[in-house]
Amino acid sequence: MNIPDLKLKGAEIHRRDVLKGGAALATITLAPGVTLMAMGNGVAAAANPGVRWGLLIDAGKCPSDCSACVTACSDEHGWENNGLPTDPQWIRKVTLRDKETGYENTLPVMCQHCENPPCVDVCPTGASFKREDGIVLVDRHTCIGCRYCMMACPFKARSFLAESITDQKPYSPRGKGTVEGCNMCVHKLDRGDGTTACVEACKATGYNAMIFGDMNDPESDISKALASYPSIELRADLGLNLGVRYQNI
Amino acid sequence: MKRLFIATLVLFGLAVGMTYAASVYPEIPKATGEPHPEGNEYWRINHMDLLRHDRDLTVRDGIRDTDASLAGCVTCHAVNGSDGQPVTFKSEDYFCRVCHDYVAVRIDCFQCHNSIPPKMDKASLMYKGKTETFEVLLAYIEGLSK
Ligand code: SF4
Repeated sequence: MNIPDLKLKGAEIHRRDVLKGGAALATITLAPGVTLMAMGNGVAAAANPGVRWGLLIDAGKCPSDCSACVTACSDEHGWENNGLPTDPQWIRKVTLRDKETGYENTLPVMCQHCENPPCVDVCPTGASFKREDGIVLVDRHTCIGCRYCMMACPFKARSFLAESITDQKPYSPRGKGTVEGCNMCVHKLDRGDGTTACVEACKATGYNAMIFGDMNDPESDISKALASYPSIELRADLGLNLGVRYQNI
Repeated sequence: MKRLFIATLVLFGLAVGMTYAASVYPEIPKATGEPHPEGNEYWRINHMDLLRHDRDLTVRDGIRDTDASLAGCVTCHAVNGSDGQPVTFKSEDYFCRVCHDYVAVRIDCFQCHNSIPPKMDKASLMYKGKTETFEVLLAYIEGLSK
């Protein structure tokens, strides 16, 4: 048997990176703080630091009896909420009621993908992290299930998976003992779909209450809408700079 | 005479030992798809490091075009059960379990990851191997014309 080299050396990892092209990113430091970056040929890294993915939700267009976005998310990622307090819930419809007038308004709430995410601050293992393109995720490989992030989140956006599950979606792995939440359909974005399951579902209903896009690109639908109509962040007082914005609430 | 007797005993012992050894050594299921260019020995020893490296690229940086992916592993290394369908990690015949049970090393991958090959629909185009270059090209051209 011919076994040339059984040890996985640093150089080996490097070779694999270079071969892939996608991860071949040469950085040359010109002066402190000034770097020259050259991307390798081939596919660029999917999480593009120039992009900030965001959602704009128009509560005025969101009828109280519609939950297409919630169903779509549940179908896409395979989570199920049967009403138990411990059941996972990546996105939910919230009802707001004006106590004075009795006017009711509903809107979907999911992970708000903060620029300064408290869940990332508190995570003891670094499992809760923000991708270069602004998406806040849990790396379940390092999550120990302590649930600090659930406590820290002002929007109750994360759930803990307490039961063993099988038959996960191949592109959305999830399992017992880890925390999960809206991942802005990273698998779709990395594939180049440029949209999320909830936004697609909202479009399909004809209500068109949700817009998805790159908030850093002034030409994107979301940037144009944000620039032309008033919108708010939930709990703007916290100064988290959210990736999800609302109108008409 | 005594010596011959001992020699016979030793030979018999060896024969029994060898049969025994052959039966306890795990019988590794054959895979479909192209063989690993690095060779099986290399993968037997380094699979966890190769996977760990690529998993961080995918989860942290969103690079899905990696050399190794668990979905790729379970596709080529699927073992069919008596019903002709790939068995899940629950089965003792599951590819990974054959060795892992033998050496008593527990793996956690399949607490979160699905252990059977992903269905080959449009959603999982990214899991397809290099053999389907033509389809990948087609998808690319389709993307360009959008
Ligand atoms: S539950 Fe997981 S992701 Fe959340 S803080 Fe603890 S280790 Fe981090």
